[in-house]
Amino acid sequence: MTELELPPIDYAAIAPILIMLSAAVVGVLVEAFVPRRLRHPVQLPLALLAVLAALTMVVVNADKRVITIGVIAVDGPTLFLQGAILALSAVALLLLGERVVERGGAFVAQAAVTADSPEDRRQAENAGGAGEVYPLTTFAIGGMLIFVSANDLLTMFIALEVFSLPLYLLCALARRRRLLSQEAAMKYFLLGAYASAFFLFGLALIYGFTAGLGDRVAGVDFATVNAAVANSTASPVLLFAGMALVAIGLLFKAAAAPFHVWTPDVYQGAPTPLTGFMAACTKVAAFGALLRVFHVAFEGARWDFTPVLGAVAVLTMLVGALFAVTQTDIKRLLAYSSIANAGYLLVGVLAPGSGGLSGTMFYLVAYGFTVLAAFAVVTLVRDADGEATHLSRWAGLGRRSPVYAAVFTFVLLAFAGIPMTSGFTSKFAVFGPALDGGQVWLVIAGVLTSMVLAFPYLRVVVLMWLSEPGDATPTVAVPGGLTSAALVIGVLATLVLGVAPDPLLDLASSAADFVR
Amino acid sequence: MTYAQAAPAETVSYATADGLLSSVWLLVAIPLVSATILLLLGRRADRWGHWLGVTAVGAAFLLGLSYFLGLRGLENRSVELSLWDFIAVGGLRVDFGLLFDPLAGVFVLLITGVGFLIHLYAVEYMAHDERRRLFFAYFNLFIAAMLLLVLGNNYVMLYFGWEGVGLASYLLISFWYTKPAAATAGKKAFLMNRVGDAGLAIAIFIMFATLGTTQYDEVFNGIGALAGSTVLVLGVLLLLGAAGKSGQFPLQAWLPDAMEGPTPVSALIHAATMVTAGVYLIARSNIIFSANATLQLVVVSVGALTLLIGAIIGCAKDDIKRVLAWSTVSQIGYMFLGVGLGGAAYALAIVHLLAHGFFKANMFLGAGSVMHGMKDQVDIRRFGGLAKYMKITWLTFGAGWLAIIGIIPFSGYFSKEPIVEAAFAREGWTAWLFGGAALLGAGLTAFYMTRLFVLTFHGPKRWTEDIEHPHESPALMTIPLILLAVGSLGGGALLATSVPDWLTTTAGLAETEEHHGVLPHLAIFFLAQGVTVLGAGLGWFLFRGGTATAPQPAGVLVTAARKNLYTDAVNEAVFEKPGIFLTRALVYLDNRGIDGLINGLAAGVGGGSGRLRRLQTGFVRSYATSILTGALLVVAAFLAVQAGWFA
Repeated sequence: MTELELPPIDYAAIAPILIMLSAAVVGVLVEAFVPRRLRHPVQLPLALLAVLAALTMVVVNADKRVITIGVIAVDGPTLFLQGAILALSAVALLLLGERVVERGGAFVAQAAVTADSPEDRRQAENAGGAGEVYPLTTFAIGGMLIFVSANDLLTMFIALEVFSLPLYLLCALARRRRLLSQEAAMKYFLLGAYASAFFLFGLALIYGFTAGLGDRVAGVDFATVNAAVANSTASPVLLFAGMALVAIGLLFKAAAAPFHVWTPDVYQGAPTPLTGFMAACTKVAAFGALLRVFHVAFEGARWDFTPVLGAVAVLTMLVGALFAVTQTDIKRLLAYSSIANAGYLLVGVLAPGSGGLSGTMFYLVAYGFTVLAAFAVVTLVRDADGEATHLSRWAGLGRRSPVYAAVFTFVLLAFAGIPMTSGFTSKFAVFGPALDGGQVWLVIAGVLTSMVLAFPYLRVVVLMWLSEPGDATPTVAVPGGLTSAALVIGVLATLVLGVAPDPLLDLASSAADFVR
Repeated sequence: MTYAQAAPAETVSYATADGLLSSVWLLVAIPLVSATILLLLGRRADRWGHWLGVTAVGAAFLLGLSYFLGLRGLENRSVELSLWDFIAVGGLRVDFGLLFDPLAGVFVLLITGVGFLIHLYAVEYMAHDERRRLFFAYFNLFIAAMLLLVLGNNYVMLYFGWEGVGLASYLLISFWYTKPAAATAGKKAFLMNRVGDAGLAIAIFIMFATLGTTQYDEVFNGIGALAGSTVLVLGVLLLLGAAGKSGQFPLQAWLPDAMEGPTPVSALIHAATMVTAGVYLIARSNIIFSANATLQLVVVSVGALTLLIGAIIGCAKDDIKRVLAWSTVSQIGYMFLGVGLGGAAYALAIVHLLAHGFFKANMFLGAGSVMHGMKDQVDIRRFGGLAKYMKITWLTFGAGWLAIIGIIPFSGYFSKEPIVEAAFAREGWTAWLFGGAALLGAGLTAFYMTRLFVLTFHGPKRWTEDIEHPHESPALMTIPLILLAVGSLGGGALLATSVPDWLTTTAGLAETEEHHGVLPHLAIFFLAQGVTVLGAGLGWFLFRGGTATAPQPAGVLVTAARKNLYTDAVNEAVFEKPGIFLTRALVYLDNRGIDGLINGLAAGVGGGSGRLRRLQTGFVRSYATSILTGALLVVAAFLAVQAGWFA
């Protein structure tokens, strides 16, 4: 009997992933065995502790540059992006765990109750919140951590599914407007599965392409793909069709046009804290994967993919900016703003060299904190029926509650890229390297669309401050400690990264080197 | 025969600041801290907040003065202070640094000096406004941003200040946001400024792309190595930025509308300081502009065209603040003309800028004082005979009037006439074109300013019934007026003798040899004084008897006001008809052409977006179709690239 030889495993390197996944499993057990009353007080600290522990491990690993088991690459970008995902998740968890603003939190206990039935309305008013939110979120975070560190396309695909499935479920759990929420979840699921199919098909084509490497075994790990791009004897049609399909799968998650169509509906329908989580963390994960795939695996085809992805970037910026102008719902407006930001991030992905890499990573962190602050404010503006997201309801908010209107104004100015906010420095960080790399057209498109985009932001600012509050203007709920903490962290990060971005920029540029 | 081109003979470099000058950052910090305190403390600071604001600007002025004097002992009279690396990634390096040299120094003195007086004035002017504290917070914020704009040692710092003053201006124009006109004006200012700001931003990106830096010294030293076309594009984009901020053609329409803000705002931001930021930008970048003759021609043309547009429209306005606003547009046109001429004319433009800062602030505050006494009315057709009731306002406004029309020996003569002369010193027929425009502008200026002055302070009373006894403003408002009037009267002579010498050490402002234009010096003197006297005399003759308080009801009143009507007829035949026609044409152009373009763009974006929105149907099947279409396109594009169709 031959002895099975286990590959050597660097447990420290994958510790953050292990911690998050185990916390999720423990969370499931808690949900099964702990009395209902105690679940929330146990689950939230558990999830937060797990995130902090994982973050600690990321810091401990800071100097690690290894590929372990052949499928997980732990290097500068991985650690930076994992750190970013964990830090943003911690803030998002604070929002997800808020139970003061709305009795029982933003998530409904029994999602299976028919939406909009009298029973459903009763539970929306009175019942406690769902506890399974925490293990689902922790699973998603674990999946994202794998996603940004995956060293081959197959692992990446599995990670994609691991973090997507919990998100589909979470989308359906909104306490208010359940029908909208369930519709959003259904759409997200169908289209997500559809996009995954593209990714998988692309993966298969790439595998076929690597078979053309004479002396090496075919495979979908990035080193092999990289070698195949240079030397494969197989038809390049396989490579380019495969590369396109893989890119589409990733661009779907990144919400780039024309694969963005799900974004507004899902952002609007999902419970707002979850929308914040998706806008911040999913974006980091998706762009982390895009960076790794295009900077490591397909590096050799840079001159071929740049024009196509550049066109996608320009289209994304245009779609995001133009559609944002006529939105009448604040969550949809933020969704289109998130689409436009995906376009700016793509500019960073396409900037060659480590400048583009570090700029993109910086942008992801800066944008994540700002967008979390934005959605935190959205959770607070509400009336008896839940959040008041229609823009007309925000008229005169500046009179009713100047503090939150001021915070939201600051956040919008940051989105618009006004200096002294992280929105300015981060745009600078991606446009600069893109110019250095000769991608002038992308930068011009970026500057022009961000001018168009300033218009809808400004409209909200004008609406809040210069309109008279009407009878319909809702009051702003007094936030609980958790939301306040999330809000303060988001706003402070936006300010600090705008005034003194250097430490993080240094960190990003020292981390900007992939292990191959 | 021409001005020497201000080519940088030696490389530009700045000494590092030490001693007293190493605390230059305080200039920006003091008003900023004061603004922050006022904003953070909220209502608690209502009782004393305005005095904090005044003190902060006063302190900044004293500091600025001592720094300015501190420059005297230095070799090249300029010091640089690097505070911290703002952005340092790979090849990109942006300092958070300050530069204090004579050019920055004179601006600092103007901003804090005139700023202090206007702050003082505003204490009384805004006394009845319950949000006075907030007003002073914005005012301080503006001062801090404006100082950052002129003190930065690279274009990114300048851009920060640039956006900061834009923000403060927007907040202050729409300060009385309950007035719809004020809110609209604020929006218009913001939008038109964005067009200019985009030009500046792209120019900065071009510097990064071609020179890899935005530090002034490195940019100026590297400009010679760039291709001519790059310099041209860079310069035109910078000019677009400058035109947006300074209300120059084709972006001038926002400035008169901005008068909806409180009068001290008009005086400080829209007359004395912020609107001159464009002139600062061009003067600071003079090495870039001197490097390309076409570029200079563009600047000169913009300046000449704008000064005529401003002067002609100024003749046809009846709102006291709007006449002054169009006059500001026109005077900044003179400054653009000056900076565009290059060589020593740069310094002349700066002198005019400083002198203008004094007399225009003086007249705006005077207008505010008149409005204060006349229940906030602004229609000069309903003023008249106010000289008796507001002696100090009358005298100080008169000083400003004499200064702006440029009668010898008041300050406008020393600052404006050299620009006219410099325009005549160009080569060939352009000398006649630009010199003629400057001369015609001088005549028109004399005419409309005289009209304004006479209709407001002299002639019969044409007040509305509710005004019984107009009163002089309190001391807190008249003291700044008096100080500014002294500056308006004597400032020009003082400035014209000392400032050019000072500025020649600022990088690139080379000294030039004696020059002769197409006309001798004496001829220009008599011509300029002649058209000025002619314009002023005509204004006096036509309006000494007042004017109709249009709209005119037909009937008994018509005969009673016959004499008025007679002047109106002359007025109409000689000036108003062509004036109105021109104005209408210009206003038409303004509304349809420029505004139309801008509104059209906005409407186009909105309408296009509305149409596009229908694409987002809400059906999963159509989403899936669009994803599939997109996927096919992307795959096709990749294959096309592979087949070499794009390469």
